[in-house]
Amino acid sequence: MSGLRPVAFPWRLERSLVPSPAMSVLVPVCSVVLALLAGAVFLAFTGRDPWFLYGEMFSGVFGTRYGLFETVVKAIPLMIAGLGVGLAFRMRLWNIGGEGQLYMGACAATWVALTFPDQPAWFLLPGMFAAAAVGGGVWGLLPAIPRAYLGVNEIITTLMLNYVAILWVDYLVYGPWRDPAGFNFPLTARFSPEAILPTLGDSRIHAGLLVGLTLALILYVVLYRTRWGYEIRVVGDSPGAARYAGINIGRNILLVMLASGVICGLAGMVEVSGLAHRLQPGFSPGYGYTAIIIAWLARLNPLTVILVAFLFGGLQVGGYIVQTNGVPATMVAMLQGLVLFFVLAGEVLLKYRFRRVRDPRAEVKKRDR
Amino acid sequence: MTGDFVIAVLATAIVAGTPLLYAALGEIMAERSGILNLGVEGMMLVGAISGFIVAVATNDPWLGVVTAMVAGGAMACIHAFLTVTLKANQVVSGLALTLFGAGLSAFLGKSYIGTPLAKPLREVHLPVLSDLPVLGPIFFQHDALVLLSFLLAPALWFWVYRTRAGLNLRAVGENPAAADSLGVNVFLSRYGYVILGGMLAGIGGAYLSLAYVPAWMENMVAGRGWIAVALVIFATWNPLNAVVGAYIFGGIDALGFRLQTLDVAVSPYFLKMLPYLFTIGVLILVTRKNMLNRIGAPGALGQPYDREER
Repeated sequence: MSGLRPVAFPWRLERSLVPSPAMSVLVPVCSVVLALLAGAVFLAFTGRDPWFLYGEMFSGVFGTRYGLFETVVKAIPLMIAGLGVGLAFRMRLWNIGGEGQLYMGACAATWVALTFPDQPAWFLLPGMFAAAAVGGGVWGLLPAIPRAYLGVNEIITTLMLNYVAILWVDYLVYGPWRDPAGFNFPLTARFSPEAILPTLGDSRIHAGLLVGLTLALILYVVLYRTRWGYEIRVVGDSPGAARYAGINIGRNILLVMLASGVICGLAGMVEVSGLAHRLQPGFSPGYGYTAIIIAWLARLNPLTVILVAFLFGGLQVGGYIVQTNGVPATMVAMLQGLVLFFVLAGEVLLKYRFRRVRDPRAEVKKRDR
Repeated sequence: MTGDFVIAVLATAIVAGTPLLYAALGEIMAERSGILNLGVEGMMLVGAISGFIVAVATNDPWLGVVTAMVAGGAMACIHAFLTVTLKANQVVSGLALTLFGAGLSAFLGKSYIGTPLAKPLREVHLPVLSDLPVLGPIFFQHDALVLLSFLLAPALWFWVYRTRAGLNLRAVGENPAAADSLGVNVFLSRYGYVILGGMLAGIGGAYLSLAYVPAWMENMVAGRGWIAVALVIFATWNPLNAVVGAYIFGGIDALGFRLQTLDVAVSPYFLKMLPYLFTIGVLILVTRKNMLNRIGAPGALGQPYDREER
């Protein structure tokens, strides 16, 4: 039967080990766009005008000084926590406890600020950073120990510790740490001016931004230019090969979870010291969870995390803006979840590549032989 | 007095354990097929709010339960598509489901905060059983979803260990390539069991909003979905063990709740930490025990099945 000719389509879809650079950019960008489109369909379903709302969000975020500055403010904890959880993810350690580590960091920093109110800034701020590192680090290390020695699932333990940390902060601000002069509101006393991070001019953008940018550079260098970073990446990509190469996996689990917790703790510190100037319940609207999406969307690259954090900061601000139109701000949480779905679906495209075939028929013949 | 207190705590333990039991049973079935679904928390939240909305609108809690089942199944469908068809990372996809579910339920539920439910699920009176001394008030003076869960767990146990379909399910989870070569449709059965898991998680969520509380509160599942995931490990993927686990965890929940009413000198915030700390402690003990007894997760749990890569 000569009627059945092989299809002369000049492109082939085949597996590729290294994702093409163009696709690595296109997939995250398209997933954000598609998530917004899916969100629009949903908004239309609930009887709202999606294009009007998106327009309000866009012009509110990018069209005003307030929106732009506030985007940076929101991006600060997101980028730091995103760097923290992203580091653990790089080793395939699922640290879902960023939120709790952030709370414990903020809590420890607050302890320093409230205990030494009369100390100068040169003592207080480094002291608060150190305390936050210890608080977040311990909270990251706690689930790492059973994980390293017994193989206890770290996803569940890190997540359970989030609830414990949030309840612990609730206990403190409703109890022993409640400001006696605070009219019974669940707030600690305001930090002394010496315990407050400097801001950019009269804006709300604080020095936490520098912390985030510096951390991103350090993490990039550590991950891609040092032996330790190489070990982390090998364990993440192929634990079997890592064991064969003599890499101490248990030790790396402890170190990476410690570092991840420390970084998330710093996110909590800059949030209370740079923005809230006191500890209060619910000071984080789930930054530790949004950080998971940011890290994954950035493909765990520390420098990309910065960019994505600004995008999600903008999304967060957009959520507050549309609230005035009677739309719950949680719409943004839903959109963020959608983004992650589309990124995951898009990653299939990264696993494959289109290759142009010069002579399709010869290719088919070759294959059939 | 103390006897009544113990009976009251045990009865509350059964009620508090029921949402955990439904969710854990669902997750056992999904994980038995080799798919880890960490979206239980999200599916429960969506089940809770969708069931609540329909129950308020129709004044029929059972329509609410059915809606929650469908909604949970639909959520699970997303996970199945991403992990079975597109072979995406199961951990991240499950997390996405939980985050999406939390956002979606808060969005849909915004206007239902504080709305009363005129007709929650009501207690069913069983002849003889409900009137038993001690056992009656503990086990048989509950609503129909609790009573149904008494039947569901053994039924699923029978399905997994004593039927041909259950044998195929275990094969798909242990060694999908072998199951495939024996003619079992790996993709279809994984879709099926993941969706079944979502439906049961949806019921578990609806139980909270239609019977346990009964009202809608933002994030009302409060980590129970994650505790259910831990329960699966505790139960060593056996539906009958899940019953024991769910009621122990329910008991911890109930105890904390009951102690608060007794004016104990412990801060309520510490009592609320109990279930979470208990989960961590139990997980560590059970992982160690399973390691010593060489009981493990289904062999192919978490790994996508790809015919090309056989």
